Amino acid sequence: MPERREFLLKGIKSLGLAATGGLAWSAFIKEGKSAPLILRPPGAVPEKKFLASCTKCGMCVEACPYDALELAKQGDNKPVGTPYYTPRTNPCYMCKDIPCVPACPSGSLDKALVSEKDENGELQLNVNLSKMGLAVIDRETCIAYSGIQCDACYRACPLIDKAITIDYTRNERTGKHAMRAPVVHSGACTGCGLCEKACITKKASIFVLPTEIAMGESSERYIKGWDERDEERMKDVTEEVTTQTPRSGKSPLDYLNE
Amino acid sequence: MRKYKYQIPRRLLQIGILFIFFAGNSYGWNVLRGNLSSARVLDAVPLSDPFAVLQSFSAGASIAADVLIGALIILIFYAVLGGRVFCGWVCPVNMITDLADKIRTFFNLDDTWKSWDIKRGVRYWVIALSVVLSAILGVTAFEWISPIGALHRGIIYGFGFGWAFVLIVFLFDLFAVKNGFCGHVCPLGGFYSLIGRFGFLRIGYDRDKCTECMKCIAICPEKQVLHMVGKQSGAVLSGECINCGRCVEECDDDSIHFSNIYSKKYKRHAS
Repeated sequence: MPERREFLLKGIKSLGLAATGGLAWSAFIKEGKSAPLILRPPGAVPEKKFLASCTKCGMCVEACPYDALELAKQGDNKPVGTPYYTPRTNPCYMCKDIPCVPACPSGSLDKALVSEKDENGELQLNVNLSKMGLAVIDRETCIAYSGIQCDACYRACPLIDKAITIDYTRNERTGKHAMRAPVVHSGACTGCGLCEKACITKKASIFVLPTEIAMGESSERYIKGWDERDEERMKDVTEEVTTQTPRSGKSPLDYLNE
Repeated sequence: MRKYKYQIPRRLLQIGILFIFFAGNSYGWNVLRGNLSSARVLDAVPLSDPFAVLQSFSAGASIAADVLIGALIILIFYAVLGGRVFCGWVCPVNMITDLADKIRTFFNLDDTWKSWDIKRGVRYWVIALSVVLSAILGVTAFEWISPIGALHRGIIYGFGFGWAFVLIVFLFDLFAVKNGFCGHVCPLGGFYSLIGRFGFLRIGYDRDKCTECMKCIAICPEKQVLHMVGKQSGAVLSGECINCGRCVEECDDDSIHFSNIYSKKYKRHAS
């Protein structure tokens, strides 16, 4: 039947063209999506969820009193229309009332992630709970690590002595001076970037990265026996566990000489 | 002036809405915050683009109450009003594509710069693609490349390279296809075509007064919706009509008007 043949062929053509367009379109999206170096506002849900739920309305941007947030534009090589901040030029100033979070209509900035219960059991916003990223230090360019007096980042940190502490050590090079080196603690650091803004080197020697990029991940089988909380992971283990790997069957002499 | 009876208010509305959004960001006006994707009126009523929310849902997001309510308000508003009122009266890209169309008409280029043969139904394929790609990639796929978003976000928050996306639409309409983007490709337009199919505010046509000058067909960006002109009285029932009212302005015979198709008069014509 020629009619059915024509109908089928037209359908195939449409599908083929849709696939062509769709593939080019996906390639473009994938390109932008694979740029992971983006710092989200406080209370942002995990990136994958964020990309699906953010409506790109910019109300967090409007709510930010420091104009720190901006919406990614075409050409920024970031997910288009989604909010981010650039700590070196304009960090997050950690407002107590976190105005960007309640402004979000889509729940992409989730109040629950930056709230804790007060003594009356009511949820209160606490900006110190936010996890926007993690500051990391380049010890080779940080002048404090060369023994020169500088604690700009330490002083700028809104969680001073919690997120950044100063390590006092002996300066082995001179033999008579102290080294006062900043150290970042991932448990407290919010990633606001005030340290990065304050850093006095030409290009910041302390800078914020998305936490999942800045940190490694230890294997489950390593338990710090001297750390009470880590030791708790052993609580439910009742029998001796032997880990089986592909080389478990061989003797060490064999597999070490392979 | 009659020739611009609707065009002037349309432009004022299109520019006005953008300006209020712009002022919300730049001067802190609290009338309308956000942009055409999601907004809040007087710090109370949420509004959301239902097509963007559909993509968000398809991408696997759990839709927040504010966004859902906002999308329903917009959806019901345009469904009741009818046609693609958004395209004709709100969307800023309409000004860009109308300009391209105006240049084509003014210099009489339609014959020399023949349009590529693209079907008007392409937009429905693009809707399907938007939803499918959103599901596969986990992002709101059309919002990612939308020249509408590039334009309104560009005006409110700064363009970046977004101006290129707007220019592409202009050049496409000027050189490739007459009424190409809004009339053939745009999935948001397609979405509102489907939504606005049964609304009340439609173009009504009176065969008895018509002298078949065909000016309405010449000016219409969605010519297929006026298929009854010269044949029989009736209303434009296709959702693809953007309710811009250009045909009403052009008609010298007083035979085309905005009308309520559920009024008694049009019950007769529509049947």
